[in-house]
Amino acid sequence: MKEVKRPINKVDGYGLVSGQPVYTDDLAPKNSLVVKILRSPHAFARIKNINTEKAKSLEGVECVLTYKNVPRNIFTRAGQGYPEPSPYDKYILDEYVRYVGDEVAVVAARDEFTAEKALKLLEVEYEVLEPVLDFEKSKGSKSIIHPEKDYKSESFVSSDPKNNIAATYEMSIGDIEKEIEESDVVVKERFYTQAQAHVMMEPHAAYSYIDMQGRLVVVTSTQVPFHVRRILARALDLPIKKIRVIKPRVGGGFGGKQAIHGEPYVALVTLKTGKPAKVYYTRKEVFESTYTRHPMRFDVTIGADKNGKINVIDVRGLSDTGAYGEHALTTFMVAGSKVLPMYNKVKAVRFGGDVVYTNHPPAGAYRGYGAIQANFAIESAMDMLAYKLNMDPVKLREINMIREKETSPIFKIMGEGREGVDMIVRSCKLDECVEKGAKKIDWENKFKAKKEGKKVKGVGMAIAMQGSGIAKIDMGAATIKLNEDGSFNLLIGATDIGTGSDTILSQIAAEVLNVPTESIIPYSSDTDVTPFDVGAYASSTTYVSGNAVRIAAEKMKEEIIKAGAEYFEVPIEEVEFDGKEIRTKDNKITLQKLAEILYYNENQKQLSTTGSYVGDESPSPFMAGYAEVEVDTETGKVDLLNYVAVVDCGTPINPNLAKVQVEGGLAQGIGMAMYEEVIYDKNGRLLTNNMMNYKIPSRVDIKNLDVELVDSYEPTGPFGAKSVGEIGIDTPPAAIANAVYNAVGVRIKDLPITPEKVLKALKEKQN
Amino acid sequence: MKIKMTINNVLKEVEVSPSEFLLDVLRRLDYMSVKKGCDTGTCGVCTVLMDGKPVLSCSVLAASADGHKITTIEGLRDDPEFKAISQALLDEGADQCGFCSPGLILNVYAMKRDLKNPTEEEMKKYLVGNLCRCTGYMPQMRAIKKYFEVRS
Ligand code: FES
Ligand code: FES
Repeated sequence: MKEVKRPINKVDGYGLVSGQPVYTDDLAPKNSLVVKILRSPHAFARIKNINTEKAKSLEGVECVLTYKNVPRNIFTRAGQGYPEPSPYDKYILDEYVRYVGDEVAVVAARDEFTAEKALKLLEVEYEVLEPVLDFEKSKGSKSIIHPEKDYKSESFVSSDPKNNIAATYEMSIGDIEKEIEESDVVVKERFYTQAQAHVMMEPHAAYSYIDMQGRLVVVTSTQVPFHVRRILARALDLPIKKIRVIKPRVGGGFGGKQAIHGEPYVALVTLKTGKPAKVYYTRKEVFESTYTRHPMRFDVTIGADKNGKINVIDVRGLSDTGAYGEHALTTFMVAGSKVLPMYNKVKAVRFGGDVVYTNHPPAGAYRGYGAIQANFAIESAMDMLAYKLNMDPVKLREINMIREKETSPIFKIMGEGREGVDMIVRSCKLDECVEKGAKKIDWENKFKAKKEGKKVKGVGMAIAMQGSGIAKIDMGAATIKLNEDGSFNLLIGATDIGTGSDTILSQIAAEVLNVPTESIIPYSSDTDVTPFDVGAYASSTTYVSGNAVRIAAEKMKEEIIKAGAEYFEVPIEEVEFDGKEIRTKDNKITLQKLAEILYYNENQKQLSTTGSYVGDESPSPFMAGYAEVEVDTETGKVDLLNYVAVVDCGTPINPNLAKVQVEGGLAQGIGMAMYEEVIYDKNGRLLTNNMMNYKIPSRVDIKNLDVELVDSYEPTGPFGAKSVGEIGIDTPPAAIANAVYNAVGVRIKDLPITPEKVLKALKEKQN
Repeated sequence: MKIKMTINNVLKEVEVSPSEFLLDVLRRLDYMSVKKGCDTGTCGVCTVLMDGKPVLSCSVLAASADGHKITTIEGLRDDPEFKAISQALLDEGADQCGFCSPGLILNVYAMKRDLKNPTEEEMKKYLVGNLCRCTGYMPQMRAIKKYFEVRS
């Protein structure tokens, strides 16, 4: 292998580091109208009246939108497969506002100053309603968050808006009660995970214009351009063919841009005025009016025999989707489907619960997508079980965890929104990850070390799995076209959001064609130009889009051989192509020469091929995470001294970029475990609406991350690859909680693990 | 009001409003390398050099840049130090979404001049204001350490 398994530089790297204008806002036409959004000051209210006259008459204001003059089509903003697994519960603008920050009205003016001034001139009269701010009290509450008559969801989504339920899910295998009864040791605990903000560095941005054919063009910082096109068509009542969506470079997404945000507003302004329009969210808007991670509560019961063999896992969950049901069902199902199969030797397993509405900013997709929430609960409970069994937590995992060539019935039962697919785990080096990680952190010595003094060190661990794309639902496609100089255009619907997917997909094409990666010119995500792809989410790009590229490249190889056979007038069996030359027994021609002849001289035609791929299965990457912490028993402060992550992501196409994906994921997981906390006041107003109050880890907080990728090969992946985008984020919450326990004997069961909570627990323990 | 700034060695006379920040003025003048990530001077992506010192252009009033020298990444394109820093980042794959890169590079550029043989801790402290959500900081640190070893 020459081009894959190689740490080459990113193809767009120089453009990024040298600050070229490549992001959405850098490219917006200078004469764009500036779009600003008036947002609700109330957590729940009905708009009685909006007076727009003053704003409209302000010099420089070109358009004011309210719920009275925009299309009223109910839709979901979540960028997911189709039919959509999220309820239709959102209008472009509505008479009801459902959280502080919800859209009330939109103004467009010739400059920012005027737009802001116009916002202040809008007069809105609200009927304030009683909000639901506690997700544990939402179900069946008197306040109904979605009273609208046209609320609906697909038949496979069990929404019950009258009871504030966006989705419900239940599954069970075996006799839960009997297995719990017969277990020698049972752990039964409740855990909470908090909302987390994505804090991608580039805020949400979009601009739009009408092209010369009268079509709407939307350029947006999105992870899902094709889903954006479909959702906009529905929301705006336009045929899909009238809309073109282009994705420039994206300054990070992490799931936060797997949805539409400002797109319908700029689009409507452009449709109404005929002029280009742009929106650039303020950081406050990003925090208040886009997505967070779904906060969840889990009641976990695990039963085992006295030798540590787990018989039963029972998980009851409750998830808070905020004001809209985006990704409500699917994140909740993933909480089960990407965690429970790790312990595939159980006799009985159950998972279920509700996803409820509240008057908080909506929750949506976020790296880890439900799995990280449940991982914290289950992997914490595992350690509590180990403690009860008086067993080393590493050993407990080794006894019970999934291994290569095994399966779990959960794969078939639980997919994302719907049934899953049966699969055997063809590549799984989880055992090796656990073993290597234990060595690297020096588990043997550090786990048993005597813990005393004011500052106490301890180690903790957790294991995790994710998937690679959504099997049988999500599709990616790639088109390859030969140029007359022998180079290739690679057109991909896949969306590079900073992960380096343009680079690794080029590497895959180059490997198949046996040409240097520099011969491949990737262009990604323009719904007019590139083939369909569901976009960057569910850890799908390397696996799903990568397989599509592989198939397209294999077809291209055949086309080249066929063209060579025609040129030499011999049967194709006698022709070989080695990346440089097309050869027969007696003749040869360079690819470059053949391409030139094909386009200018003889038997002229364009060589172009397309490959599509949809996974029959969704192979899991696996990981073992080990945290070493030092806890100050006088202040409760936890220092994360070192984090060891050993990951099986199959064979990495670009080891550097794969490793950085893990490192970036770890830092976000550490943020969730220790620092990041979304806080509201008693009226549902977000207090952590800037980057001073919402603290993501800085360079100084991240002391050391030690990432190793084990040698693994996934036979269904392109050149043995699986996914790596999400897995890195999953283990830190549980591993750090377990390390804190192993250091000072206090168990934090609600994230984040702050000094206050640790100190309080230490005090309670002393009494 | 009219102010004069030397931006990347070119003297410019610019009309600004008293409440405008340097960041917005620079972007208005097409220095698109200067990014906007927050409204509170916390993320570091808007970093530029003012008379060689790193400043957060989102927190500096344009008016106060009157008479000063501003350097953005566009102005360093041919600078060998810029090339060395950026190459080190590229080699580590530390350019993920790249949104934080220009700001970080400008700060590393200034750090090279300000700190002699810094320790890793000193480097982290110097660069603490440059947040990055993609890389977990490790590959950036590997790159910066390499750059310092090779050059110092
Ligand atoms: S834009 Fe964030 S510090 Fe200036
Ligand atoms: S590379 Fe994306 S924020 Fe640093």
